[in-house]
Amino acid sequence: MAYSEKVIDHYENPRNVGSLDKGDDQVGTGIVGAPACGDVMKLQIKVENGVITDARFKTYGCGSAIASSSLVTEWVKGMSIDKAMNIENSQIAEELSLPPVKIHCSVLAEDAIKAAIKDYQSKQAKGVAASATVGHEAPTAHGREARTE
Amino acid sequence: MTVKTPIYLDYAATTPVDERVVAKMLPFFTDAFGNAASRTHSFGWTAEAAVENAREEIAKTVAADPKEITWTSGATESNNLAIKGAAEYLREHGNHLVSVVTEHKAVLDSLKHLERNGYSVTYLGVDTKGRVTPAQVADAITDKTILVSVMLANNETGVIQPLAEIGAVCRSRNVLLHTDATQAFGKIPLDVDAMNIDLMSISAHKVYGPKGVGALYVRRRKPRVRIAPQIHGGGHERGNRSGTLNVPAIVGFGEAARLAREGMPEESRRIRGLREHLWSRIESELTHVHLNGDHAHLLPGHLNVSFAYIEGESLLMALKDVALSSGSACTSASLEPSYVLRAMGLNDELAHSSLRITIGRSTTLAEVDYIADLLGTHVNRLREMSPLWEMVQDGIDLNSIQWAAH
Repeated sequence: MAYSEKVIDHYENPRNVGSLDKGDDQVGTGIVGAPACGDVMKLQIKVENGVITDARFKTYGCGSAIASSSLVTEWVKGMSIDKAMNIENSQIAEELSLPPVKIHCSVLAEDAIKAAIKDYQSKQAKGVAASATVGHEAPTAHGREARTE
Repeated sequence: MTVKTPIYLDYAATTPVDERVVAKMLPFFTDAFGNAASRTHSFGWTAEAAVENAREEIAKTVAADPKEITWTSGATESNNLAIKGAAEYLREHGNHLVSVVTEHKAVLDSLKHLERNGYSVTYLGVDTKGRVTPAQVADAITDKTILVSVMLANNETGVIQPLAEIGAVCRSRNVLLHTDATQAFGKIPLDVDAMNIDLMSISAHKVYGPKGVGALYVRRRKPRVRIAPQIHGGGHERGNRSGTLNVPAIVGFGEAARLAREGMPEESRRIRGLREHLWSRIESELTHVHLNGDHAHLLPGHLNVSFAYIEGESLLMALKDVALSSGSACTSASLEPSYVLRAMGLNDELAHSSLRITIGRSTTLAEVDYIADLLGTHVNRLREMSPLWEMVQDGIDLNSIQWAAH
């Protein structure tokens, strides 16, 4: 299969690989996909005053999946969470010139950023409610994301 | 030491035609272009003599009689002809067949076709090393069973089945045995009598012959095996398979078989040595690697390895100078990883993380070291990028996670 130059660039020089402290209240974590399908993406964002100041990813998957998640971390840095929530998979697929068989990689990247934002938001909501009682809980599941039992 | 790229390590997919084979073939495209079925002139006689010489070479390679070799267009046709042809011919005697879940699609799809037409098929499972036992075959045979089809060596893993023992079971129960020997032919010694093989599919392009030509071995005595032809026409090939013979390709197949047979001891020793060198480097330089198959029963050139927690296609991208195959879903149109590896009980992470490296006649030690070096670098790089690897490092059991399919 022939890859676009942008996919190869992100695969060979992935942006923002790594992890943020998932226990940090300002960090949202989204884990989507399944090993059975050959892709799992973990996307994390750090939010300050409603703006994403940092983003990290780790991806188990093909080159297009790695490129899709790398691209999203690059895009969302400096973006408000409201704007990041509106990222659509078609924009990712277009930017990376993904062939039809790889569109699901862009869908997964969209799911991952949305899951990370929702995780951050639920932490904030819980943080307010729980501030009088105990600390925060581990990230909870959203949509198509994976669940730790 | 430098190597010339790209490096070809996908010899199980196909092989280059040996130059000695090409040289033998060339005259039959031009000067000796006759139709082997032309009985009235020397052009036909020359072609026929060349075809019969090639038939002898094939027969000699598998310890058969030349009259037992039927030319086909390749192993897919041979598998179709053997399975559908035997089932159709023996319809009055029964409608049950026995095969194995890890067979090639040409066998499985032929069997599915029969199932749609009133036959029933028992598909035997394999153990974690990819093997089936003679006892499984014995248990599956009923008084309605007309054919057992078990491949000699698997295309994805190179695992060799205990075919002689399975052949003994079939013979004692009076059931015909077909084997798809496409991968094994020319790589390991083969004796159709010693193994009690009744029908056997083989192909030229896996053994440095041309594409588009294969053969079906059809036993002629003890017992005499009959098959219903699937291609009708001029009654060529004793009525088993009509159609003008592809003389240059057949000549090439014969020469390729001769070279494979005569060079087998030396070539298999050399290729096995390279395979063992590669595996020992992988095993000693990386953790969480898994050889898929039965190391004690492998074709010399096959190495199917899973690199846990990284996905096969992303690894192929890193090995872009090297031509090889992956069991990953991403290399197929469906999202299912290799059905062969799944049948061996491999979990999804390992099935998606597999590479098939197949070594052949032209492979050098420098090439094998080149890919071992690349694997050492890129497996670690991709693991640093893998959330599964991170979870495992954190002590999380991946099986405890409820993954949502997408």
